[in-house]
Amino acid sequence: MQKNLCACFFQFMQRGLDSETKKQLEEEEKKIISEEHWYLDLPELKEKESFIIEERSFMPCEDLLYGRMSFKGFNPEIEKLMIQMNSRYKKEEIEADDTAEADVSDEEMARRYETLVGTIGKKFLKKRDQRVLQDEDENSNMRPSKAKKMFLKPQD
Amino acid sequence: MAAAETGALPTEERVGQVVLPGDVLLLPSHPEADGERLWLGPGAALPGRLVCGPGLRSCGAGLLVTKCGLLRHRQSGGAGGGSGGAYWVDSQQKRYVPVKGDHVIGIVTLKAGDIFKVDVGGSEQASLSYLAFEGATKRNRPNVQVGDLIYGQFVVANKDMEPEMVCIDSSGRANGMGVIGHEGLLFKVSLGLIRKLLAPNCEIIQELGQLYPFEVVFGMNGRIWVKAKTIQQTLIVANILEACEHMTPEQRTQAFAKLSER
Repeated sequence: MQKNLCACFFQFMQRGLDSETKKQLEEEEKKIISEEHWYLDLPELKEKESFIIEERSFMPCEDLLYGRMSFKGFNPEIEKLMIQMNSRYKKEEIEADDTAEADVSDEEMARRYETLVGTIGKKFLKKRDQRVLQDEDENSNMRPSKAKKMFLKPQD
Repeated sequence: MAAAETGALPTEERVGQVVLPGDVLLLPSHPEADGERLWLGPGAALPGRLVCGPGLRSCGAGLLVTKCGLLRHRQSGGAGGGSGGAYWVDSQQKRYVPVKGDHVIGIVTLKAGDIFKVDVGGSEQASLSYLAFEGATKRNRPNVQVGDLIYGQFVVANKDMEPEMVCIDSSGRANGMGVIGHEGLLFKVSLGLIRKLLAPNCEIIQELGQLYPFEVVFGMNGRIWVKAKTIQQTLIVANILEACEHMTPEQRTQAFAKLSER
């Protein structure tokens, strides 16, 4: 088998070999190598899915505070850090609390949007139509709108 | 000789009681086999992940107790709809065993090339690389001398390897870790007291905070560092922290009253 291997190897290294022969040699080599691998002849053991996480630290169990503390302004940086770190622990608990106070009530928002659509819409009207709108706005009585100037076919 | 049956009792009954090593605690909704994973009882949510804290180990039937103390339980906040609670044993000891993620106070004992050897009170000294400080580069080395106090956290801490600690968090910021100032007093207390003082609503800390302005650092390895404006105030705070382990609340209020008179 050794001689076979050596012969295969050297043949493989030669230039100008067909790709087919190369592939064949590769496959043979792989087969030989995989046969030599050891494997356990045991039945497959099913791993029980465990619901238990083992934890060796007290921090997640007891929700301990941050270890550095300062009182009565002795060290202002540490006091800032205290607020930051302790709120970080609380933030993870209150994730679902999304009731942020709205500055503007919903009704007002709806009203604003109603008028907003009109004002933005005016921007995209053509010039002639804009003039029509202007006349309407200035006078409370509706003037009969001028007929739009369209191309009139000349009569015979 | 009557063989005392330690008995596998349901866990909920034992919460708040003394447990001894070797006790087996049964879990109520422990899934029997893989097929029965989704056991939805009447009105019950999925069992979810249960955290088995210090002093407990999971064995076949449930949880096996490995330390003696009181069994504690905490219901999880319910963020994911019943993500299980946490059980642990509240035990008392003075000797610290390094645990990953713990913030500790260490004393630098050796400066060897690229690493510092830090004494944390465990069986082995922890190693601290000089690059594990905020803003440290190969050219810009941190100013750490032998004998300095370091507040850092463990990144590697198991029984097979030497513990390693760092003074930055995962995003590279110091967050209060690093070298602790030169003045102040370092003293040692038991581990249970540290946990009591760091509990969310600790009265001792709140009352102390109203006495004098001072700064304190708690290490989970039983070490506390205190610094106040004068030496006398520092010593008073240190004595209170040491003694409050064995004082009842009434004795404590008496002591505070006496101090605030001065």
